Amino acid sequence: MAEPLLALSGVSKAFGGLRAVQDVELALPAGTLAALIGPNGAGKTTLFALMSGFLRPDAGTIRFDGRDVTGRPAHLAARAGMTRTFQIVQPFAAQTVRENVAVGAHLHERRRSAALAAAERVAERVGLGPQLDKPAADLTVAGRKRLELARALATRPKLLLLDEVLAGLNPQEIAEMIPVVRGIADGGVTVLMIEHVMQAVMHLAEHVWVLAQGRLIAQGAPAQVTADPAVVEAYLGHGTAARLRGGAAATAPAAARTGPAGSEGDRAPVGPARGPGGAR
Amino acid sequence: MRDLAGIAVFALAVAAAAFASDSGVLLNGLMMTLYAALLAQAWNVLGGYGGQFSFGHALFFGTGAYVQVIAQVSGGLNAWVALPIAVAASASVGAAVGALTFRYGLKGSYFALVTLAFAEVFRILAVSVDFTGGGVGMMLPLRESAANLQFGSRRGFVLLALGFVVVALLLTAWLRSSRFGARLQAVRDNEDAARAVGVDPFGIKLGAIVLSGALMGAGGAFYVQVFQYIDPGIAFGPATSVEALVAAIVGGMGTLWGPVLGAAVLHALAEATRNLFGQLPGLNMVVYGVVLVLIVTFLPRGLSGVGRSVRDALGGGRRSAGGGGGGDGEPRDG
Repeated sequence: MAEPLLALSGVSKAFGGLRAVQDVELALPAGTLAALIGPNGAGKTTLFALMSGFLRPDAGTIRFDGRDVTGRPAHLAARAGMTRTFQIVQPFAAQTVRENVAVGAHLHERRRSAALAAAERVAERVGLGPQLDKPAADLTVAGRKRLELARALATRPKLLLLDEVLAGLNPQEIAEMIPVVRGIADGGVTVLMIEHVMQAVMHLAEHVWVLAQGRLIAQGAPAQVTADPAVVEAYLGHGTAARLRGGAAATAPAAARTGPAGSEGDRAPVGPARGPGGAR
Repeated sequence: MRDLAGIAVFALAVAAAAFASDSGVLLNGLMMTLYAALLAQAWNVLGGYGGQFSFGHALFFGTGAYVQVIAQVSGGLNAWVALPIAVAASASVGAAVGALTFRYGLKGSYFALVTLAFAEVFRILAVSVDFTGGGVGMMLPLRESAANLQFGSRRGFVLLALGFVVVALLLTAWLRSSRFGARLQAVRDNEDAARAVGVDPFGIKLGAIVLSGALMGAGGAFYVQVFQYIDPGIAFGPATSVEALVAAIVGGMGTLWGPVLGAAVLHALAEATRNLFGQLPGLNMVVYGVVLVLIVTFLPRGLSGVGRSVRDALGGGRRSAGGGGGGDGEPRDG
């Protein structure tokens, strides 16, 4: 079997006394569309930051595309083919959609005209075609999420790390976005997404990792993971799995997550204690 | 390319104006305006397009001025040979300061203060060491000929300044249409997002401060050729730093024509207040200051952004109402 595209082994990161990510082992084969889920503050965004070089792990190694990339500066990640998006959208607000996406396209296109043309193609692909000449600051939340996706996609990544591209969208916008993400994966890009919208995770992901309080507590196919008592308890608190057993155990986490998904609670990359599992 | 056509028209118009009149006042005003536009455009490369607000651009100005004099007086070089050396020296100082400040991620007011401090350090050094002539300053001997870059009439200097300004404009036009420029503006607007798509902010900002320093050094060399004298206060004092950044901000940061417009308006304003209130010492500066405050308060995009500012003020309410009623998703967070 070939080496996975992305492999983490023993990765840990602490902020002062707060162990945000602890001893994470993860192997993502090329060509998969996988998801990383977990309660608020579980360390998902921190894990993304570690993968993409925005943070340096305290321990462990990260291998990408056959190379050790532990602690490599962030801008080299995209050059090697791993591009992340941001949960809190980060547009170049003063610039138009076309110019925003062109910055990503410039990774492989030296010439301005070529980059602008590539930006146009990518923007069409994620449904931003009609808004190419709008300033990024004038976009709606849904538009900004698409922009975030388009700019990352324009770098022609091998691996795309999507940090909650569906958070803050209404059901109709989510329904429009799901095929876009599917299309990117079908185009040969390996995708790892952090997502709270379980409807999307169930629809899209082939494989799911569950992170709680900095540790991976479960992995597997979406249906299998949501039925796991450890996962249910991580979301809903100790003892819930037993209480729910016999009833709708398999659907409980899904129901629990669709509510808060729109509320955008998981802002900071730190703070695992906020997870409901930790409180009880 | 619209930018290039505009620059060509501008160059021809200014050159025509310089040849149309023999008025010393007019030629002198034109020269000083172009000189101010050069400094403003130099600042604009780093401040306007790179978002790194320097309060110490005199650092590069003074380096260019001193190297231009020293190369001629102590080195015995021709002025035309000294010029590229002066520009290169300023660019090198830019590289050194950029490497130190950007390496440690200094931004915003911290970057501004450090550049101010560097300029002060250079001012004190220029007073203290021998080869700058200390506090007395340095004279450039009068040897009037085009071969010595000392023109008999102001017209020669107008054309020289015009040449520098055109180079600065071309460089700015290049920033607007190149990968380097796109990356520089990306770093200005959001450094993390730029890093995520493979932009190295350190290298980009370093490139910008080198280009900005080089243009500012050309301004310093020009100053010395015109006035034939430099001392530490003129070279590294805050007045030049402020002149460069105020013209760029008033005219419009991060635009091609803003710094030129700002330099022209400020020059006209300074002349007008001096003529009107010259007999009451200080009043001209008060009026000048009040007008500056008004411009910065009411035209946040500068003079070249007047249209946009007015449109936003008039159309702002209408647009947000349209967005809410359109049903295409209301913004939920900031």
